Amino acid sequence: MTKQVAALTILHQVKDANLPNIGKVLGNLALPLIGIVLFLGLWSVMAKNIDTSLGKFPGPAAVWEQTIGLIDEHAAQMDKADKFYARQEERNAARVAQNPSYVAKTRAFTGAPTFFQQIWTSLYTVMVGFIVASLLAIPIGIICGLSKQAYSAINPLIQLFKPVSPLAWLPLVTMVVSAVYVSTDPMFSKSFVTSAVTVSLCCLWPTLINTAVGVSAIDKDLLNVSKVLRLNALDHVLKIVIPSSIPAIFTGLRLSLGIGWMVLIAAEMLAQNPGLGKFVWDEFQNGSSESLARIMVAVLTIGVIGFVLDRLMLSLQKKVSWDKNAVLR
Amino acid sequence: MANKQLLKSLKLAVKSLRIGVVSTVLSGSFMAAHVSAEELGWAEKEELKFGFIKLTDMAPLAIAYEKGYFEDEGLYVTLEAQANWKVLLDRVIDGQLDGAHMLAGQPLGATIGYGTKADIITAFSMDLNGNAITVSNDIWQQMKKHVPHVDGKPVHPIKADALKPVVDDFKSKGKPFKMGMVFPVSTHNYELRYWLAAGGIHPGYYSPQTGDTSGQISADALLSVTPPPQMPATMEAGTIYGYCVGEPWNQQAVFKGIGVPVVTDYEIWKNNPEKVFGVSKGWADKYPNTHIRVVKAMIRAAMWLDENNNANRPEAVKILSKSQYVGADYEVIANSMTGTFEYEKGDKRDVPDFNVFFRYNATYPFYSDAIWYLTQMRRWGQISEPKSDSWYKDIAKQVYRPDIYAQAAKALIKEGKANAKDFPQFASETGFKSPQTHFIDNIVYDGTAPNAYLDKFAIGLKSDSKL
Repeated sequence: MTKQVAALTILHQVKDANLPNIGKVLGNLALPLIGIVLFLGLWSVMAKNIDTSLGKFPGPAAVWEQTIGLIDEHAAQMDKADKFYARQEERNAARVAQNPSYVAKTRAFTGAPTFFQQIWTSLYTVMVGFIVASLLAIPIGIICGLSKQAYSAINPLIQLFKPVSPLAWLPLVTMVVSAVYVSTDPMFSKSFVTSAVTVSLCCLWPTLINTAVGVSAIDKDLLNVSKVLRLNALDHVLKIVIPSSIPAIFTGLRLSLGIGWMVLIAAEMLAQNPGLGKFVWDEFQNGSSESLARIMVAVLTIGVIGFVLDRLMLSLQKKVSWDKNAVLR
Repeated sequence: MANKQLLKSLKLAVKSLRIGVVSTVLSGSFMAAHVSAEELGWAEKEELKFGFIKLTDMAPLAIAYEKGYFEDEGLYVTLEAQANWKVLLDRVIDGQLDGAHMLAGQPLGATIGYGTKADIITAFSMDLNGNAITVSNDIWQQMKKHVPHVDGKPVHPIKADALKPVVDDFKSKGKPFKMGMVFPVSTHNYELRYWLAAGGIHPGYYSPQTGDTSGQISADALLSVTPPPQMPATMEAGTIYGYCVGEPWNQQAVFKGIGVPVVTDYEIWKNNPEKVFGVSKGWADKYPNTHIRVVKAMIRAAMWLDENNNANRPEAVKILSKSQYVGADYEVIANSMTGTFEYEKGDKRDVPDFNVFFRYNATYPFYSDAIWYLTQMRRWGQISEPKSDSWYKDIAKQVYRPDIYAQAAKALIKEGKANAKDFPQFASETGFKSPQTHFIDNIVYDGTAPNAYLDKFAIGLKSDSKL
């Protein structure tokens, strides 16, 4: 009996002490790892069996090889850039020697952007488009949430424009930007403006809708508090409305950013604007034996970046949300 | 606070002093600069962006960049691949691109307002030849029966006569016979039409006046637009049964084992003009020195490409196979760039002039070349109204600018970078080649008499006919 009790207590202790840990470790590390390994295995098996006219579909090994290749290319290009600048300096010096009134100017490297520069271009563009969209969507959403009249006025437009794909916006945006954005020394290139505006147009809606819904669903008690305290309109929005609808706004922002990232890649592919989308399209057009593997590298990169962007938004949401116990995933 | 203010004003004073010094130096040196200034001034715009389509005939641009010829002219050029010919043209028109590798028909089409209306000019012709017509394996099997063979190998050039029974068969079964070309005003459209029509297959009319721009009116073969790099994939998918496109997309079909090039454009019209370097007229007027310098760099690149009997071609292929240029595999590009061409798999033949970049005055913008394109636009209805011979000449002179080319060439000769004997005699050159005879249907082309030329064709609009 005592032995049994002892055994039980030991068992309990083991359970208490270790089992949850093992479970946690399993959950946090092992299961995702198993998932990834299974995926890689399945991928390489499937890849071997898909014959395209450009050779076999790239497996993980081929993709890894191309990743290294892209890194090498980046290094080679940077090296070329250094030489470019050296040559330019020489040429400038020669020209100044010939004509001292010449004001030497250093121009940026003119070589093709590398994969990593394309990533940066895409990230920068999506952030600008997303921020512009958010600055528009959140205030409009708040107005819609506060006033039933405003909501019923704007709702049809939201419903009309929400499902429009970037493919439809792009030609219009391209033409409008070309016509309106005229300057001899533009601050941004037209292609950048086109991409950013298209992203804004497409990722406006989730933020707008979620903000409106969040604002209109504020706890009655809080509204009453605001009434009792006789807060003026601005204070009401700043102290009651925004804090209590933060979770809803952020849900919208996360959806928007996800959509924006997808839209941007499509827009770059279509309009030949610099970025990851153009990289994919160019590789598709190359039709070289390495193209598919290089596109796959881009696909995985796009996925990873999309994931990281979402996590960043999530942690931001956690930081600003007053309800630290809310389940976020 | 007062200290800060003092510091600030001190800084300002130093700054203005410095500006004063600089400006006196500047005005002092102005005279000297004026004396030593070259005949051809520096470029007005030094940072340039040029567009191109992934085809081997963009080589002069890539070479001028890689060999530093642009930099020698004080130009900092970015080269950017474009998705298709329409995007490329639109971006030149709206100024996102300073210039581009263009289909010879594009500046002409834009000037006469077919498609997009805009003033585009060219002072540099990029190459001769470089295209071929490819059909799918299946069509080739059906065609092969009608092609004469010697020693088990088909006799070239293969005429569309061999394709006619196949097309007739399709027609009798009520199935459309579909082929691809790259753009309505492309060389490829006209070459494919020329070849088909020479074999008695009607490629169809355009009728812009009635809003029909499909180019399929009364057609035996239906031609549609596909961007060059997508040709092999489109044919593989079965959407089209054949296509006319530039390299490397014919050799790609051979390598992929999905199609057989049946005829090169060299065989359709020996040494035909192909791409041009187009800029908008507004741009050219605003930056004349820049334009001349660009042409200078590209003439040097073309010379390099043809130097010593194509000795530099392997190096050129290596450059073109980089992913930012054409990007296809080395072997695929080399197959046509190094003086050979592979027809049916294993049937590799010598075509030393498959790509010509400089010899035979390839880079000079001849008016007669422009007029040939205009005659084909007229022949297929893209120009709906009858036009006088002088109209053809006027349009050619408006778009093709040998005057700018001559300035660039003379500057190169003066600098010792080129030989005068490699260029036309600029003083006496009329811009009209003597009547050309090397067409697949043996019809003679005389650029000075476009209407008479049009009347020679069995298929196509005559000089005075209307749809």
